[in-house]
Amino acid sequence: MYRYIIKRLLLVIPTLFGAAVLVFTLLRLIPGDICELRLAGSGGYFDQSALDICRHDLGIDQPMIVQFGHFVWGLLHFDFGKSMWTGQPIASEISMRFQLSMEIAILATIVAILVSVPLGTISAVKQNTWIDYVVRAISIAGIAMPSFWLGILIILGLLIGTQHFFGAPWMPPITYTPIWVDPAKNLALVVWPAIATGYRYSAVATRMTRSALLEVLREDYVRTARAKGLFEKLIIRRHALKNAMLPVITVIGIEFAFLIGGLVVTEQVFNLNGLGKLFVESVTNNDYTMTQALVMLVVMIFLMVNLLVDILYAWLDPRIRYR
Amino acid sequence: MKGTRVKALFAVLAGIAVGISTAGPAAAETPKHGGILKYVVPAEPPSFDGHIETTFALIHPVRPFYSVLIKVNPENPSSTTDFVCDVCVGKVPEATDDGKTYTFKIRDDVYFHSGEKMTAQDVLATYKKIIFPPAGVASARKAFFVMVDSVTAPDDHTVVFKLKYPSGAFIPALAVPFNWIYQKAKLDKDMHWYETHIDGSGAFIFEKREAGAYISGKKDPRYYLKGKPYLDGFQAIFAKKQALRVQAIRGDRAAIEFRGFPPKARDDLVRALGNKITVEESDWNCVLITTVNHKRKPWDDVRARRALTLAVDRWGGSKYLSKIAIVKTVGGIVFPGSPLAATKSELEQIAGYWPDLQKSRAEARRLLKEAGVDLNKTYYFNNRAVDQPYKIVGTWLIDQWKQVGLKFEQHVFPTGPFYDMLRKKKEYDVSLDFNCQSVVNPLVDVSKFISDDRSGNNYGSYQDRDIDKLFDAMNRTADPAEQRRDMRQMEKLALDTHANAFITLWWYRIIPHRSYVKGWKVSPSHYLNQALDNVWLDK
Repeated sequence: MYRYIIKRLLLVIPTLFGAAVLVFTLLRLIPGDICELRLAGSGGYFDQSALDICRHDLGIDQPMIVQFGHFVWGLLHFDFGKSMWTGQPIASEISMRFQLSMEIAILATIVAILVSVPLGTISAVKQNTWIDYVVRAISIAGIAMPSFWLGILIILGLLIGTQHFFGAPWMPPITYTPIWVDPAKNLALVVWPAIATGYRYSAVATRMTRSALLEVLREDYVRTARAKGLFEKLIIRRHALKNAMLPVITVIGIEFAFLIGGLVVTEQVFNLNGLGKLFVESVTNNDYTMTQALVMLVVMIFLMVNLLVDILYAWLDPRIRYR
Repeated sequence: MKGTRVKALFAVLAGIAVGISTAGPAAAETPKHGGILKYVVPAEPPSFDGHIETTFALIHPVRPFYSVLIKVNPENPSSTTDFVCDVCVGKVPEATDDGKTYTFKIRDDVYFHSGEKMTAQDVLATYKKIIFPPAGVASARKAFFVMVDSVTAPDDHTVVFKLKYPSGAFIPALAVPFNWIYQKAKLDKDMHWYETHIDGSGAFIFEKREAGAYISGKKDPRYYLKGKPYLDGFQAIFAKKQALRVQAIRGDRAAIEFRGFPPKARDDLVRALGNKITVEESDWNCVLITTVNHKRKPWDDVRARRALTLAVDRWGGSKYLSKIAIVKTVGGIVFPGSPLAATKSELEQIAGYWPDLQKSRAEARRLLKEAGVDLNKTYYFNNRAVDQPYKIVGTWLIDQWKQVGLKFEQHVFPTGPFYDMLRKKKEYDVSLDFNCQSVVNPLVDVSKFISDDRSGNNYGSYQDRDIDKLFDAMNRTADPAEQRRDMRQMEKLALDTHANAFITLWWYRIIPHRSYVKGWKVSPSHYLNQALDNVWLDK
């Protein structure tokens, strides 16, 4: 097992290098540059020499290979440099957003697990009954409904509902307060996006739980357990559900990693200052250094989550042994 | 159902009427001290240095920390010629020495937030950085000051600008709200210090920046305008999505957004909140320009270019586009509120502004035929992937050109690739472009129409020495009558005779804000009147 983990960790190096080459090249293929955007983007007059100085200061007038060398050298030192847009250190720009994204991801995952495991189980156990149909309808609606759209509906619903019932419209805060500073204010902000994203997330996991459990319930050992006269609840909880969880854990793991950097639109809907919003802004602003750093961070998160899921497999199913 | 809609419409109109009518008397009320003003800003600034940036995203959250030499009168911001002293003493000085020397006396009671007293040496260092930046230091508006020969500070209370020739463009250029006064000592140490730090002498002291979230400031008790600011502080919250900014005002998470909303957002807010919302509106010193690529056939032919502008119904477009977009006013190359702008009757003499649309379009068809323009071909129209007002105006233009048989396909790009196409690739036939300035300074603002080898932001790939001559002539006279005459000739050449590029419609600024925000007055630019020292909260 340890050898397997070490092997997987070593494989991270070429994967990261491949990602670095890809993100560096793809970013440079986008037409336009950050200096043009900064100076011409507002429609005002600007001096041509300002454009040249900006390009020189940011180093984007240097040959590609030199720019790539700086990027890789920085990576090797865990130093992503400064944001080309704000001039501030990337590490600090990311760290303050990481906290919020992580909080939303954890909350959404909790919502998803709390909803999907019971619903998926009931749906499988009560297959082809009205309960199953209701659960399937709820989960299909969750998959079909983009979470940002649900987010917009939530905000509008809160505004209209509070105005109707209390006389003054209320909406969630639009600035973040850490949970240890003011838990109520923090939850007033994060709970809504957690519900919006958690619902879609739970829909995927519910369907996966249902189909995995249905498959397991048809296994010989379940039939044997039933023949032995064990209680149905015990069979499901102790024997079936644990084995059915393997694909569900994969889904939860991938979704969790996605949520950290992938809540691009939902974060904008709720004005969450997270990594997804930063991602969009850095791509829109042609902020090469920031986008590169964010991509590398997300790649790293995916690699680590995948490794964690694989290790969990072995823990859940003793038949699985890695070499 | 119909009755309900009519009632809703009346409610909206009544609300707007209430809102607009309450805007006036508010200024006469006695200001109250205290409170934190929360407002939303659609974008985050790139750096903190006003001398190198051009975006309102820097002005809105950072201008309150700084003072300037002179500014547009905050009590009369809609005027295009009313300037007042900020850190200078008394009135804005008149020119001496045949219009070539301006002498400013600097206030004795201005302090930087770091504690040092401001002197004329700081003003001198600031303007040297803007006008004569050393090698390797950028200055976005260096070209605004081409008329300046020298800046000196003979003592700690006097700054003298000597011009090469008298120019009506000098005072407006001086009043540009990006010309923040920096400390000489800090600039001497590091010319780039202000890109990442804030230390001004404005009404508010920088408190906190949370990257991507907000910038906040607190009242400076030593502020030189006694009794001001009224606010205890402010929080400028960054919110990219327009829908969220509107909802933030509705839900009172923010009181105002200073850039401008489309008519629909105004109507929604007034409908939801009634007299809790005040609406202020103004013509806007921003305009979408139709840039024609003179290097591509058939647009190298003046007849084909004239046909493009003749096809457009500006008078009609103003009526219906102003209901859905942030455009409204029909105008020429000069901001319509300026004394140098064309009157309606002068405009009606220019191709594309004729009162008889049928005659105009018949002429367009005749010119297209005469120039042999291929009407079976689909031409490339480059546009920016921004709804308000780019895509709306772009779609309208395509329809207008269709009326004379021209087919265009709209290609929309995010800002980066859009400018790459406009400035470098130039693979378009026609593109939307825009001109958006702060202080109304027509003599400089129309530089967009001079030859591309002289103008930094003319992307039409043409040289027009007749226009260059007129531009130079009006920039070298201080006589408004002469300037106006030259401007009319330049306008006629640019838009009609040579048909180099075209004006679509001037923007229209709509600011619906919480009615408890008082003291702020709308101006023709979202860059102006943002010091916030005159704003107070009636709560």
